[in-house]
Amino acid sequence: MNIHQFEVVVVGAGGAGLMAGLYASRTAKTAVISKLYPTRSHTGAAQGGIGAALGNLEEDRPEWHTYDTVKGSDYLGDQDAIEFMCNEAPQIVYELEHMGLPFDRTPEGKISQRPFGGHTNNVTGKPVRRACHAADRTGHMILQTLYQQCIKNNVTFFDEFQALDVLIENGKAAGVVALELATGELHTFHAKAVIFATGGHGRIWEITSNAYALTGDGIALALRRGIPAEDMEFFQFHPTGIYKLGILITEGVRGEGGVLINGKGERFMPNYAPKVKDLASRDVVSRAIYMEIREGRGINGSNYVYLDVRPETVNKFAALDGRTNPDGTPYTTTGEQILKKLPDIIDFCRTYLGVDPVTQPMPIQPTAHYAMGGIPTNMYGEVVVDEKNTVLPGLYAAGECACVSVHGANRLGTNSLLDIVVFGKHAGLRAAEYAKGADFTPLPADPQGFARQQLESFRSAQGQENVFQISQEMKKEMFDNMGVFRTAETMTHALNKIHELQERAKHVKLSDTGKIFNTELLNAWELTNLLDLAEVTTASALARQESRGGHAREDFPKRDDANWLKHTLAWKKDGKVELGYKPVAITKYQPKERTY
Amino acid sequence: MKVTLKIFRFDPEVDKKWHYETYVLDAEPTDRVLDLLEYVKGKIDGTLSFRRSCAHGICGSDAMRINGFNRLACKTLIRDTGAKITVEPLLGLRVIKDLIVDMEPFFDNYKKILPFFINESPLPADGKERLQSPAQRERFDDTTKCILCACCTTSCPSFWGNDDYFGPAALVNAHRFIFDSRDEAAAERLHILSETSGVTRCHTTFNCTIACPREIQITKAIGELKLAMVTGKLD
Repeated sequence: MNIHQFEVVVVGAGGAGLMAGLYASRTAKTAVISKLYPTRSHTGAAQGGIGAALGNLEEDRPEWHTYDTVKGSDYLGDQDAIEFMCNEAPQIVYELEHMGLPFDRTPEGKISQRPFGGHTNNVTGKPVRRACHAADRTGHMILQTLYQQCIKNNVTFFDEFQALDVLIENGKAAGVVALELATGELHTFHAKAVIFATGGHGRIWEITSNAYALTGDGIALALRRGIPAEDMEFFQFHPTGIYKLGILITEGVRGEGGVLINGKGERFMPNYAPKVKDLASRDVVSRAIYMEIREGRGINGSNYVYLDVRPETVNKFAALDGRTNPDGTPYTTTGEQILKKLPDIIDFCRTYLGVDPVTQPMPIQPTAHYAMGGIPTNMYGEVVVDEKNTVLPGLYAAGECACVSVHGANRLGTNSLLDIVVFGKHAGLRAAEYAKGADFTPLPADPQGFARQQLESFRSAQGQENVFQISQEMKKEMFDNMGVFRTAETMTHALNKIHELQERAKHVKLSDTGKIFNTELLNAWELTNLLDLAEVTTASALARQESRGGHAREDFPKRDDANWLKHTLAWKKDGKVELGYKPVAITKYQPKERTY
Repeated sequence: MKVTLKIFRFDPEVDKKWHYETYVLDAEPTDRVLDLLEYVKGKIDGTLSFRRSCAHGICGSDAMRINGFNRLACKTLIRDTGAKITVEPLLGLRVIKDLIVDMEPFFDNYKKILPFFINESPLPADGKERLQSPAQRERFDDTTKCILCACCTTSCPSFWGNDDYFGPAALVNAHRFIFDSRDEAAAERLHILSETSGVTRCHTTFNCTIACPREIQITKAIGELKLAMVTGKLD
């Protein structure tokens, strides 16, 4: 039996996991285990920027960033945690720069910043340049830089190890069980502290910006060990995914002056968000696109609209909006500048659509993008397991798999990259500090038992069901009935379908009986994670009888603070979902009507 | 349209020798080769093994040889391959199973060139960013795009012939730091690259530049490294 002992074990090697590994390894013996090579992580897909009130191009303040994030969250975010994150933001961006991250630069040589949805000057209400960027591959640069720093600091990695179980003994974290993909062997990582940084679960939906690897493993593992999932009904649909493919087109396109155009050739966002128009927050824009399509104003009456960043369009609307450069001159752009600022977007469109965004508009539709919900934590990354926020000693979570909650019901663009570095860092520091003062919790008699049992259930399954087929049916059901708009009827339909699929998934037929890179077995196991999260997501959504942020119900179209200004907690107990609720931390900002 | 997909197969737990399997499939011109591989694995033969993650050309997992050229399967469309498609593992790295190769030697080479930012000088007194002009930033922009997919390195005849050659990807990453005005270890890296396993093994065949899915001008970057070694200047 392969047993390793580390003081801190980090699961996942995207931005949060690498940041946690980097900081924990300064003082504690640390290992980072990851199902992918670290540089394959989906942090690398983040495009537009990381939010921080540096004020490099115009006045900005962390308090404005805090308020914008609270408002963006539709008042469901915990304000103490949001304030902490936004105050930390400038220093952590400088820290990334000190690690060598190649941000784009202003003429004075400072970090360059661009406008993004929901980020405003709180006095004028106009968009503010807050997103620190490196072309349209900011996430790529963060991922590469953090991995490089981990190499520099000799962080220990176990690449292509799939975590299958988290060990909880005597109410404390005791380690992780993982499958080595190259050999099919199980490994036990005995640890004092475990940090989950496993990313999102957007693969539940058909049209998604998420990687194949994003199957919500950390949340699913936690649920199986009695830990709840928080606010799972809040999932963000990004307004601008490439039509049919879901590939992300950054909000930075609209930050650079791009606008959304309907089938009548009209710019429609001013009808929904008169002040910031195309730079309203994502839930607002995604709903606006759906409304246009529903009213028959999709392109050619179909289910998509255009995102137009052609220089003549940008210049026309920038002039109409009175948009200016930092020096007060009118804002204009050229094809060359668009190409310079958005090279990857242009490459994606040329490759997958045969469309050149400099000369043609891009067909887009909302795409499943980001989980606001996840494993409940406090602002130090400690996992909290009940309505009273009781800490589970030794267990931490950070990044998209965690719910601090800084995003509440809707995340602002650029805040995910900020979240992973701020809370990855603090989870790493906190876990290492805890490990110094804690002993190893003894392992159970058969630590790999539960993991082995899960894999064996697939190998010994009797049936003819097909993993690919079940997965397709889940994604379609969730996109059709648990998408941007929901009703009790559609959600009930989805929940019934998920239950049917969960049953069928017990009877899958696998053809690969080998041990070496048995990705078929892995995919089957990942599917059970997705189905469990789809179930918890839908059950949480069905119970919440209001509309807030990313959770838009046509049968309850208004936000209901009197009854629903609270976080959902969902447990899986005896095969059923049980729900509980806990209060939102409100410090400075009382909820009020949210308009853009 | 009907396409014929011929795939290199090798299962170390079953096969003594590799072979090819051919599948005839319906496909759209806009389908990715990755979509077809997913379909074969999902619906026809679950044992087919390959790596993939992001599915849009930024994670670098699914580099493979497609009709003889190193490509990302997720960034190669059927309209570009035509109806006859042959898919094989990258050359020059040990095949583990089907299209999965051993990436360890590739990452080991990457680690040899000190692929991390080095600047031991005091930080700016105000704690803010080190300054860098847009022109200085532009100087190494191209080589920051690398996703470590190995398309370039495994297309290089010098890499096939010399186990100890760092390969183009490692050199691209050396370039990214050597030409960064904020970095202070250019001389150290250039010294490493001057070893026989370094830039002198590059014979400018341009295979790497053709293979790069990020369209990095790799041969040009290596040329700049060669020039810097000779002149000792970083212009």
